[in-house]
Amino acid sequence: MKVLVTGASGFLGRAVAAAVIDAGHEVRCFQRRPSGVPGATDVLGSITDPVAVAEAVTGVDAIVHLAAKVSLTGRPAEFEAVNVGGTRTLLDAARAAEVPRLVFVSSPSVAHAGTSITGSDALPADPAHARGDYARTKASAELLALAADSPELRVVAVRPHLVWGPGDTQLIARIVERARAGRLPLLGHGAALIDTTYIDNAAAAIAAALERVDAVHGNAYVITNGEPRPVAELLAGICAAACVPAPAWRVPASLARAAGSVIEAVWRVAPGDDEPPMTRFLAEQLSTAHWFDQRRTRSDLHWTPAVSLDEGLSRLAEHYRSASASA
Amino acid sequence: MVSYRLPRTATALAPASVPPSGLPGLDPDWSRIVDVAQSDGGTHAWHLLDNAEQLAALGVEPVGTVLCVHGNPTWSYLWRDLVAQATEAAAAGQPAWRIIAVDQLDMGFSERTGAARPLARRVQDLGDLTNTLGLTGPVLTFGHDWGGVVSLGWAVDHPELLAGVMLLNTAIHQNEAEPIPAPLRLALARGVLGTGTVLSTAFLDTTLALGHPGLTGAVKSGYRAPYRTAARRGGIGGFVADIPVDADHDSYPELDRIAEGIRALEVPALMLWGPQDPIFSDGYLDDLIARLPHADVHRFEGAGHLIIEDVDYAGAALTWLAANALVEPAPLVEPAPVVEPDPLVEPDPLVEPVETPADAQYQPLWHYLDELQNSDETALIDMAPGAGAGPRVVSWRLLSRRVREIAAGLHQVGVRRGDRVSLLVPPSADLTAVLYACIRLGAIVVVADAGLGLTGLTRAVRGARPDHVIGAVPGLMAARALGWPGQKISIARLPAASRRALGVSYALADLISLGRDEELPEPPQPTDVAAVLFTSGSTGPAKGVVYTHGQLAAVSRALHAQYGVGRGTGLVAGFAPFALLGPALGARSVTPDMDVTAPKTLTATAVAAAVAAIDATVVFLSPAALANVVATQDELGPADHAALAGVRSFLSAGAPVSEPLLASAAALMPGASAHTPYGMTEGLLMTDITLEGIRAAAQDDVARGPGGVCVGTPTATTRVRISALDETGAAVGELSETAGVTGEIVVSAPHVKNHYDKLWLTDLAATRAVTAGERWHRTGDVGHLDAAGRLWVEGRMPHVITTALGVVTPVGPEIAVSALHDVARSAAVGVGPAGSQQIVIVVETVPPAARVGLAEPELAEDVRMVAGHPVAAVLVVPRLPTDIRHNSKIDRTRLARWAHGILTGARLSQP
Repeated sequence: MKVLVTGASGFLGRAVAAAVIDAGHEVRCFQRRPSGVPGATDVLGSITDPVAVAEAVTGVDAIVHLAAKVSLTGRPAEFEAVNVGGTRTLLDAARAAEVPRLVFVSSPSVAHAGTSITGSDALPADPAHARGDYARTKASAELLALAADSPELRVVAVRPHLVWGPGDTQLIARIVERARAGRLPLLGHGAALIDTTYIDNAAAAIAAALERVDAVHGNAYVITNGEPRPVAELLAGICAAACVPAPAWRVPASLARAAGSVIEAVWRVAPGDDEPPMTRFLAEQLSTAHWFDQRRTRSDLHWTPAVSLDEGLSRLAEHYRSASASA
Repeated sequence: MVSYRLPRTATALAPASVPPSGLPGLDPDWSRIVDVAQSDGGTHAWHLLDNAEQLAALGVEPVGTVLCVHGNPTWSYLWRDLVAQATEAAAAGQPAWRIIAVDQLDMGFSERTGAARPLARRVQDLGDLTNTLGLTGPVLTFGHDWGGVVSLGWAVDHPELLAGVMLLNTAIHQNEAEPIPAPLRLALARGVLGTGTVLSTAFLDTTLALGHPGLTGAVKSGYRAPYRTAARRGGIGGFVADIPVDADHDSYPELDRIAEGIRALEVPALMLWGPQDPIFSDGYLDDLIARLPHADVHRFEGAGHLIIEDVDYAGAALTWLAANALVEPAPLVEPAPVVEPDPLVEPDPLVEPVETPADAQYQPLWHYLDELQNSDETALIDMAPGAGAGPRVVSWRLLSRRVREIAAGLHQVGVRRGDRVSLLVPPSADLTAVLYACIRLGAIVVVADAGLGLTGLTRAVRGARPDHVIGAVPGLMAARALGWPGQKISIARLPAASRRALGVSYALADLISLGRDEELPEPPQPTDVAAVLFTSGSTGPAKGVVYTHGQLAAVSRALHAQYGVGRGTGLVAGFAPFALLGPALGARSVTPDMDVTAPKTLTATAVAAAVAAIDATVVFLSPAALANVVATQDELGPADHAALAGVRSFLSAGAPVSEPLLASAAALMPGASAHTPYGMTEGLLMTDITLEGIRAAAQDDVARGPGGVCVGTPTATTRVRISALDETGAAVGELSETAGVTGEIVVSAPHVKNHYDKLWLTDLAATRAVTAGERWHRTGDVGHLDAAGRLWVEGRMPHVITTALGVVTPVGPEIAVSALHDVARSAAVGVGPAGSQQIVIVVETVPPAARVGLAEPELAEDVRMVAGHPVAAVLVVPRLPTDIRHNSKIDRTRLARWAHGILTGARLSQP
């Protein structure tokens, strides 16, 4: 198949493009900056530009759509334009070009209303109750994408949860950086169970969804390692891998949420060059349980995670060791 | 002649109507209005619920009709769940039951007739309705409250249609010796009747306040819907006025006709009962059981008068219908060949499980009391019979005579075969004599352990409804204070004032004199019920377990076969259920000096003294007692050691014993083989293992199977099978002996219980899908058999963890984790929804942690290494919660709830 991967310059997008190539497909990457994926063709442009998008989708058999604004803060209009507007533009272009398949890469936060998720399967995306601009706009975009599902354009949504691994500049890099600066608190008692997804597993699951889209289109699937851990243990494991001190001080979860709201609001008015140290969204993510029933995902996508949490952590440690050796 | 006046508004007329829409749970399509030409000449309109049209729309033919009759002050609304569930079941392809739930005239949405409708009229009315409906058989009646009486009246009058009777809390007979229930007395009081029932909603409100838990506002509104104005409440007052408070009442003859008429009913009967009913207490249930002795009965502990709102009565009723109705009416239980009618006939005993020929000889429990009646050999020694007294020695001659005298005396004071006698006597020579007297007489002994606590004990005694209570003073005081039923007999002779205060009619000494020269009546038969033993209640309310004489005799045969306890064996009886069987085995038994309510007070020297007193070769102890014996061994002198060296076998029963504890105890009794059996109140001796057996099992490769505690091989007459678990943790497998398969442990033996007392649904669950015609018991324990035929216990059924990768039983991981150096005890529990649960290990460390929290990384890593399954989290607690009674069984259900809270961000509370 000829496959278009949008947002391939990101941490996950790059891994997905590589996994799809490994599966024997021809990959075209579409994003603003060069993807650097070996063996892929780059088409540069913005997902909000209908002309560039139309050009990118021409002649492909499938699309994997990852391009999105993913940061924790930013102007709501920007999230709306990229995540909702960009998806609508892509769907229009795909229909016009008669592309038969689309894998929409989403997030479990689209169905998360702020309370704990303990072992449930993917619930419908809910923009009205999703927390924060990212989750809200991704929820709207997922609804758009699944509404477009039809025999002619077969759409499946996959929601990898907290993807991490060597080279991650979002989650891991932030945790390590803050821990190194002694600025990483533990929220609450740190016992909330959280499931995560090692990067290779997330990429493999998305590649599997691409292979299975004809059979499972119209559905949404949460993707995780299926190995929930208390958040304190996860943070400690990541910090140990990076040889930085584990979080040693605690902030009550309720206080962190309140503080997150205030800081978020101030940041929006007077943005610094760093992201805010805490957002309400992040505080909720790190003090409530999130883990999922993976049975349907695994049986429908014919996929199981190949890299365990412990193996992922040792690969992360290896990454930091070689990074510090070469520095 | 008693007559009551109701306000004029009570005779207001109104046509029938349909209920307003939107009442919760009520489908408007069920409502019908039927005009009935009454046999008294008038025509009245009835409102009723009927699913006939919905069944027709489904294209199914009903297999029968259930005719439901409400009481006062309710209406057909109370049957809504039954109509719904019956229709759903029919839609799902199960047998279709037509449900007709009427609103009696002047009630609900039926016509307000303006005429008084006493009981006889109401029974006629219902017959007129069924004639108009052209109802054909088979019909089962189902009544609640006074609807129970009306429905039974219809049942008595329509034998050609009747296929069964079903009842919820109701009453058919008022014992003349007892006043009618206080709430009804109040409602009938001068000046209250009209105001309380018609002019105000007081009677209605009081009834609707009886839910457990309370009814929602919406459901209460549903019940109130037809009774919004005084003019619509005349029927409520009429019903109350029609309560036959005594034999002078107009409706008394009709009530009496029905009450006597049902004695002749041979159709299947079901009684579902909520014991927390201020109106229809357990006494009325007893009366109904006496009239319909073949009835299946289930008491829902915790439910009350509004049982329809408290529990899933509809599901229970449909389950029963599937099991009982439309099969040929079961022949009435064959009466035992006795002269008098048996007041409490128990259901047919099933075919006895296979016995080896050697055991097949039934020997009544009083066999040796007869055989050795002229022997001066020692039968019993009580090491501490009372304050400061020395050992009390009782010969067979004396014991035999006392048992006969007490039995005859009991008979003299009205205790009959089949009567229930609650024994509130601590283990002692007196208890033994009273127990065997009851057994010989055929009275059913009710035994509940003081370990249940006062609340649990009260619930147990009330549920068992003893006709007589024989007790020591503390037991009698509790019985008095808590209003336990039954004639009271004291062990000691009490001063007149105390007798009056405690309501005691006789003392044991009175019985002995009364019985001295009296003949004993015929002895009971092996199939007669001998005892109701209560379970520990560590998993919900204690259940009464019913044993027949044959089954109890089989328990003593099993003890004889397993431990060689027999004629002349010296037995230290430190474990109650087995200890009481000493005389049945012909053994010399000795009760050591101990506080029996606190087994852990038994010392090593007390055991040694008991052994020496009787040259005991067999010692029975509880695990708690065993632990203290080991702890106090330093006090033993050379003579004590010498006595203990003569012991040939000892056993610790009641809960699993660790290998180190058993080994320490074995070291004190170097000549003895150490045993620990596996069993439960429902089957007291199912398997047995020795200390050597435990060690061999631990060495064996099979220990690396699904894990668990090895409890050894089945005793001679016991069969153990496994019903394999499916991925949801349900035991669905055929009974099997296949090695290595984990499932529910199912047992069969001549000494397995007969049934549960008034717990029909529990009985059904405990005997679900077993070999037809054989008596099996589902233990609720989960485990597996190994290739050597040994049983391994892996936990309790409700504690099975269902992960996405399959089911996990808790005991295996717990044993592995508890073996870690810095772990004292551990519990494996599941969090999350069934089927995708995660495993959480909760540990008690050495030394104990100061507070609750996540395990340190090193400990968490060690735990994950040995647990054998993926572990999501490891939590540390200062102390694991255990059940009060055994102080050893970890309450995993509670722990799982607690862990779920912690792991979703809840406060770090103690479990």
